[in-house]
Amino acid sequence: MSKDTKLVLILLVIAVLLAGVPLFALKGADFGGSDDAGSQMIAEVHADYQPWFEPVLETIIGGELPGEVESLFFCLQTGIGVGIIAFIMGRFVERKKQEDKRAAGE
Amino acid sequence: MSKRQKRAVKLATVFAAIFAVVPAVNAMHIMEGYLPAGYCIAWGVICLPFLVAGFFSLKKILKENRRAMTILAMSGAFIFVISSLKIPSVTGSCSHMTGTGLGAILFGPGVVGILGIIVLLFQALLLAHGGLTTLGANTFSMAIAGPFLAYGIYKLCLKCKVNRRISIFLAAFLGDIFTYCVTSLQLALAHPAENGGVAISAAKFLGVFAPTQLPLAILEGILTLVIMIALETYAKAELKSIGFYKEVK
Repeated sequence: MSKDTKLVLILLVIAVLLAGVPLFALKGADFGGSDDAGSQMIAEVHADYQPWFEPVLETIIGGELPGEVESLFFCLQTGIGVGIIAFIMGRFVERKKQEDKRAAGE
Repeated sequence: MSKRQKRAVKLATVFAAIFAVVPAVNAMHIMEGYLPAGYCIAWGVICLPFLVAGFFSLKKILKENRRAMTILAMSGAFIFVISSLKIPSVTGSCSHMTGTGLGAILFGPGVVGILGIIVLLFQALLLAHGGLTTLGANTFSMAIAGPFLAYGIYKLCLKCKVNRRISIFLAAFLGDIFTYCVTSLQLALAHPAENGGVAISAAKFLGVFAPTQLPLAILEGILTLVIMIALETYAKAELKSIGFYKEVK
């Protein structure tokens, strides 16, 4: 295993731990969004403040976006991103393999 | 940049400079039923010169070098993925990362502004996350302030001969943190505390965001570094072609 591979593996393990540990360490926490925490803060420091604009989509469908649909859109966003990264990385990796083979053949 | 492009950037800068003064003057009136609509517009206008400059720099990069397209697409896609992942944090609430550090390191902060606003639009329109009226403020914190700091940190680290990988990590890490600092400040400016004003309010907002964001910023640093290692291994030619190795002696 090369030095880089090792480093990447270690980094990925740390990444998973960073994201995973709170979930197990803080049992019973509701893990709401910090954006919501932000709106609560606004309510605290600026008690009589009313949001003056509703999200366009929520206005069109006349209510809050259903949780499942919201997760669908989030997945869509992740999916588009991962698709592009995977496609390009795939090409790069394969290209390097070909180049290495050609270099070895010469 | 051509002469005409330069003029457009200048014009937008002047435009922004004029408007940037306005909220500072109005800030005293916020307490009494101030509609933050003015802030929405002001932040949007402040973003303009950065976006215009970013657009031209993007155009130039793509015109001179078609190979940059793949790396550019990667940077954009990285922001897409990273900013869609809501990660649980130590404070018991979730937040997500920005992913803008990668693009800033590779292409400079201007280009990331354009990439970032695409993501923000997507989230504002489909996810009711962020919003159209706050697009300007969000663009400023996530797609302009954060990347600018990340870019600055990266360049500074290289100048001080810090290890490249550590520089990348630091840039992405601090860029992420800074994004949330700016967000706190933006919120505080529009919603100063009853007693204590903007500073107290900023500290309060920062108190909500910072502990949640800190581990995520570390995570962002790590992920940015991982993808950079992957690019360094498999896409050396592309990185060279966008001048990534130029500053290394």
